[in-house]
Order: sequence, then C-alpha cells, then structure tokens
Amino acid sequence: MLKLEDVVTCYGNIKALKGISITIQPGEIITVIGANGAGKSTTLMTICGIIPPRQGKIIYEGQDITNAEPDKIVGMGISQVPEGRRIFPFLTVQENLDMGAYLRRDTDGIKRDRDYIYELFPILAERRNQAGGTLSGGEQQMLAISRALMAKPKLLLMDEPSLGLAPIIVQQIFSIITKINQENGTTILLVEQNANMALKVAHRGYVMETGRITMEDTAKGLVSNPEVKDAYLGV
Amino acid sequence: MDLDYFFQLFLGGMTRGSIYALIALGYTMVYGIIKLINFAHGEIYMIGAFTALIIVGALGMTGLNPVLIFLIAGVIAVLTSAGYGVTIERIAYKPLRNAPRLSALISAIGMSLFLQNYVLLAQTSNFLPFPTLIPEFKFLANAGGIISSTQIIILATTALVMVVLTLLIKFTRIGKAMRATSQDRQMAQLVGIGINKVIAFTFVIGSFTAALGGVLICSHIGQINFYIGFIAGIKAFVAAVLGGIGSIPGAVLGSFVLGLTESFGTGYISSDYEDVFAFLFLVLILTIRPSGILGREKKAKV
Repeated sequence: MLKLEDVVTCYGNIKALKGISITIQPGEIITVIGANGAGKSTTLMTICGIIPPRQGKIIYEGQDITNAEPDKIVGMGISQVPEGRRIFPFLTVQENLDMGAYLRRDTDGIKRDRDYIYELFPILAERRNQAGGTLSGGEQQMLAISRALMAKPKLLLMDEPSLGLAPIIVQQIFSIITKINQENGTTILLVEQNANMALKVAHRGYVMETGRITMEDTAKGLVSNPEVKDAYLGV
Repeated sequence: MDLDYFFQLFLGGMTRGSIYALIALGYTMVYGIIKLINFAHGEIYMIGAFTALIIVGALGMTGLNPVLIFLIAGVIAVLTSAGYGVTIERIAYKPLRNAPRLSALISAIGMSLFLQNYVLLAQTSNFLPFPTLIPEFKFLANAGGIISSTQIIILATTALVMVVLTLLIKFTRIGKAMRATSQDRQMAQLVGIGINKVIAFTFVIGSFTAALGGVLICSHIGQINFYIGFIAGIKAFVAAVLGGIGSIPGAVLGSFVLGLTESFGTGYISSDYEDVFAFLFLVLILTIRPSGILGREKKAKV
C-alpha cells in the first residue's frame, strides 16, 4: 500500500532521515519505535508532503507521491494525527471535525460520520460548540483522531498518540486504534515512544535510530528480541 | 450649534474610521494567515482610486448617468485591485514563504515603493480632481450640512462589507479554511486545505475592500495623487495594531477608535497635530494592552 524507498530528508544541511525504507501492506498496523530525535515524526511529515524528501521515492497505491502537494496526498486517502494533537484552538469541536472532512463533498456522508464520531466519543458531542483549545489533553487527542477519521483515510498516520496522557486514557486510545483498524480496515502507521503499548497492538514494527531503520520484524519478534527489550521495553 | 459641531465631528470620525477599517481588514487578514505586514497594501487602495478615476474619465464622455458611471468605475476598480493584490502575493511574497519573515517584509516595502513610483510615472505627481458623481440626497437638505451623501454611502457600504465578511468567515467553507490556516498553517495542510488558494483568496478579499475604500474616499474628498496610499496605509496599519493585529473585529474597532480620535482631536484641539493623535493613541493603548484592544495574548511555542 505504501512504500518508502531509501528516503532521505533534510532540514537545511542536517540529514534527519538517512535513507529509510518502509513497506506497509493494506490492513496492517505498523509501528515505528525509537528514541527522541530518531526521525519518526520527520518520516510522517515526509510521507504527508510537508517536508519533501531530498532523495528516494514514496509510492502509495502504485502512484509516486514523492513530490506531491500535501492537499493532494490527503485527497488520496492519507491522514495524520500529528504529534501534540494540533487542534485548531479557536475553532469549535464541530468545526475541527468539519476541517477534517475538508476535501469531502458528500454532505450526508459527513454528517453520518460525525454522528458516528459523537457516538464513539460522547464527550466530544457534549462539547461540540466549545473551542478546541479549551479541551483537556485526552479530549484533544480524541478530537485529533476523530478529525483525521473524518477524512475517511485509507492510511492513518499517528504520531505519539499516547504522549502526555494519563495511563487510563492511553489504554482507551490504543483500544480505539485497534477498533479503527478492525472495523474500518484502515491501515495504520503508528509512531511511538511507548514501545510496550505500540507493540501490543501492531502487527509489525520498525526500530529507528538517528535517521536509520535498524531493525524490522513482526511485533512478536521485536517484543522477544533482547536488544529491543533492553533499549525500548525497559524490562 | 455646539451639538451640531459635535455630531459633525462624530460623523466625520466615523467616515474616516470606515475607510481605515476597509483598509485595515486587509492588513489584519493577511497578517493572520501568513504573519506578514503587507506594506504594499496601502498602494492597492491608491490603485483602486486611480483605476476608478481613469474609468470615470473615459466614461465621462459618454454622457451616462453619473451614479451609473460611479458604480461601473467602482466595480472595475475593485476587480483590478484584487488582481493587483493576488499578483503582488504571487511575485513578491510566495517565493519567500519559507524565508525568514524579515525578507518578506523588505519585499513588501519594495513592492510599496515600486507601486508608488509606477503610478507616479504613469500618471503625475500632482493632485488630480476626482469628479463629483454622487448627487446630494434630497432628504439631507434639512440636516444642516452635518452629513453628506457620500458619507452616508461610505458608512452604509462599510457596514454591509463588515456583515458580509463576518458571515463569510464564520460560515463558509473557505472562511473556515482561512481561520484554520491562520491558527496552524501546517495542520491546515494536513487536513487537505490548499493553503495557496486560501492565501490568494485572502489577498483578493483584502484588496477588494481596500480598493472599495479608495474609491469611496476619493468621491468624498474629490482629489487624489500617488501618495494617498502611503499615509492611509500607515494609519490603517496603526488601526489594525491598535485593535490587535490578526483580529478582524479588532481591526474594525481600532479603525473607528482611530477615526474618532483624529476627528475629535483635530476638531477640538488643533488640526496641526492631525497625524500625531493617531500615534499618541497607539502608544497609549499598547502600553496598557501590548497585543491590542482585542488581540490574543501570544503563547510562546516551545
């Protein structure tokens, strides 16, 4: 479904991604784990066209999207839940959801999906006319995920959805990730520092270190790998 | 008599404020979206007025109804200026979008100087008369000269523009996209908003209202030259900052506050200090509220 071939991305002269290759099959949950500054967020921003790669290729459903504009990429079915949630703070909850559906024209479908979201997260329904910036961290994360879902993505990119949230909310977020994957068949690329949780829900995983992929295996394989255990699982 | 004088100053201030508001809208919207002070914005206002003057001159020979001429000239002027606004963005700002903000600012100042001199060379440095096309309304005969028909048109047009713009920004798809882009440009891209379109649209709206202001004020004052955009632009910029740059209601409020201050200041104190009042008031307000009357406190991002 998505294939990164030897992708190099730079900020000025600093190479953030030093040639990474990732393959994602339809219906999978893939996780990329790694420490701060490994290049995980950069990978997602590169896929979305925000920071186009200097070298390499990105193929999505057989089409080259390496240098496509971000709005084209969203239109093709890739949405992102960015790090830090990035809710539009002065738009209401409902307007934030509408922004997620920005490229869709099927008014009825948008309404149906919005109702589905409100059913999934009743708290968002309660606060639909409240400014996004006034929500709590957990609520904002739910809104960020919902906003991305409103685009009806085929591939959902999630950047540290558990960051800064209470353990109980983290549990909830991860169960929703599994639910989205199973119920809608949405493919998910999950970037996480919380490797324990990420490897529980993922099918396969990649380990990233300072701009390179150093390991690639099934989630089970990674969990039982002694090096991964030592460095990322803290056991 | 005293009360008449007061009302005259009040309405004069409101008229000034209206014009400032029409210009300030462009400053504040552009700043909201791309964080740029578009110093060439005053020139759009001036170009709008000049375009109207040229059209009026051309149509004046046809013997059409003056009001009709005024309307046609206004429409053409506004459309032409919108074209100028978008073109300026395309050549002077878009290539610098990822450059440091100072570069775009300097580009904006350059554009302003270029447009002033372009009109100076194409036209003249002298003040040109702008013909009176709007007749005095009959019902104003009893008003004792407190308000003129052009003033009424300016106030009404500005009010209409404010209402339409508010509805546009609040409820339409593009309006929501504009707000989203101004709050987080990168995130706007991530939900699929084509920010180039949004930015171009912002320049169209801003230029549209500024040119409208240009045409209206010239029909009111009756003369123009290539320099009017500079001083009006600076004043409108002050108004936008006063109200809180980036905020649309702020720009409108700031404009009326500024217009009234100038009008009462010149009327009751001295007309020699006309321009001083604007800046004095700016300093005062910013001392108390650094982000402007309705400005949002800046949150530092780490």
